[in-house]
Amino acid sequence: MHPAFSVVFFTTATGAGYGLLALLGVLAGQGFVSPDFWLGLVSMGLALGLISAGLLSSAGHLGRPERAWRAFSQWRSSWLSREGVASVATFVPAGLFAVGWVFFGRTTGWVAVAGLLAAVGAVATVCTTGMIYASLKPIAQWHSRFTLPGYLIFSAMSGSVILNALLQGFAVGSKTMVAFSLLLTFFGWGWKLATWRHNDRLEIPTNANTATGLAGGTVRSLEWPHTEENYLLKEMGFRIARKHSAKLRRITQVLAFALPVLLLIAAFALPWPYAAVLSALATIAQFAGMLVERWLFFAEAKHTVTLYYGR
Amino acid sequence: MTCLPAHTDKKLGLVIDLDTCVGCQACVTACKEWNTGGYMAPLTDIDPYGGDADGVWFNRVHSYEHMTEMGGRTVNFPRSCLHCETPACVTVCPTGASYKRASDGIVLVDEDKCIGCKLCSWACPYGAREFDTDVGVMKKCTLCVDRIYNDNLAEEDRVPACVAACPTSARHFGDLGDPASAISQLVAERSGVDLMPELGYHPTNKYLPPRAHTPRAASVPAPRLEPVQAEGGFLGWVDRMLSH
Repeated sequence: MHPAFSVVFFTTATGAGYGLLALLGVLAGQGFVSPDFWLGLVSMGLALGLISAGLLSSAGHLGRPERAWRAFSQWRSSWLSREGVASVATFVPAGLFAVGWVFFGRTTGWVAVAGLLAAVGAVATVCTTGMIYASLKPIAQWHSRFTLPGYLIFSAMSGSVILNALLQGFAVGSKTMVAFSLLLTFFGWGWKLATWRHNDRLEIPTNANTATGLAGGTVRSLEWPHTEENYLLKEMGFRIARKHSAKLRRITQVLAFALPVLLLIAAFALPWPYAAVLSALATIAQFAGMLVERWLFFAEAKHTVTLYYGR
Repeated sequence: MTCLPAHTDKKLGLVIDLDTCVGCQACVTACKEWNTGGYMAPLTDIDPYGGDADGVWFNRVHSYEHMTEMGGRTVNFPRSCLHCETPACVTVCPTGASYKRASDGIVLVDEDKCIGCKLCSWACPYGAREFDTDVGVMKKCTLCVDRIYNDNLAEEDRVPACVAACPTSARHFGDLGDPASAISQLVAERSGVDLMPELGYHPTNKYLPPRAHTPRAASVPAPRLEPVQAEGGFLGWVDRMLSH
């Protein structure tokens, strides 16, 4: 599948943003984070900023963005529509939570309820994003039991690493928070390795024989119906060399998982100003690594239409 | 609504005979010609005479080599929308632009509602939908809704343009929901198949596999050419001179 940058950025940014929002909603609402003005402004600003930037980026991917409002109508059948509804609905409690924290300086009472609702909305939205991909039968690498949990795990992971960096930046961090983000990064790493292992061993029943209805023997593409690449090949026939893929997997592992793990271990061991710098570096490395991971998620996905072209 | 109808009164569709298709592309051009002025018009072409030609087509004919223990053969394979009974392209649509008609089962796109998110084309395993980058919306085969119900046409012309154009009668149109229809009988008689049945889309269109190889076919090759004999006389002299 063609890895359009707008969609790669959209899923990475909103994943991190909703992860951060959910953690803030739960932790701050339950009194684990102090209702400090600047911390509230920066952290909620970052969470809602990542979400909004991602959603705007996804709208840029549309052929007719001025009609985007229509996408809220088909939530009965479409995961994409459900994602639209969930993302907009989540802005309501998230906005109330941000206002309560930043302008009223409190994270208790109705603000805590808004925080919990924002967390529920964030998790629901990430689920709908994951289901858009998990529900597509023509793409075996996506239509798997690894896709939905993957989206949730990576969202929690990147959200926790950002939250840890924010708390460290405001000198209110804790060893527990460092350990929590470290643990989630390890979990994310393991999940990605398991996903790749699963995808590399996929036995897909669909092949050129079932695609053409020609039973038995081998079916080889002799001639395409067109001389140049068409929409199908540009959008779904994206190919990536095997060695290229292996290299990108290594880059993903280093940036998204290995480097943040090392930096967070160091942050756990060292005192405040160092721990804050290391936590910030871990966040930057992981975000870059997750962009590569999401690029690979698309580039390594093979659509059944490529069978018609012998690819 | 992008929810699917529980039942369609008819299951209009095509049956394509892979035994008789000669790959002449007449159905492809007839489809393009009709539909670029029809319901889904225009079928935009980008750089049609340049080195990077691209454009929207509803029907594309591939050629394959099918090798079995019986030998090899070339199979021409027209590929277009199969108007599935459970089309995921419809249910994934967030706007309601894609729909399946309860009356005849035809899958259509309302171009005025399409936002061009392209998700339907990802959900179709058969590559039936093509995005029009110029208009910014998705386009697909309409089974020529503007022909098959068109009172301005003579009755025999009320078939999809691809069916009307086929010179070998490899394309058939009819109600596949009615077991008594000629087209259903044809599928039963020739053991028509679904494409990618394992994905569970339940295509309406059926493909008739090529008939088995027959022992009546010519199996003796033409005699081999013999090497030129050395000749005497004038021609022999010319041959020797030219051979130097």
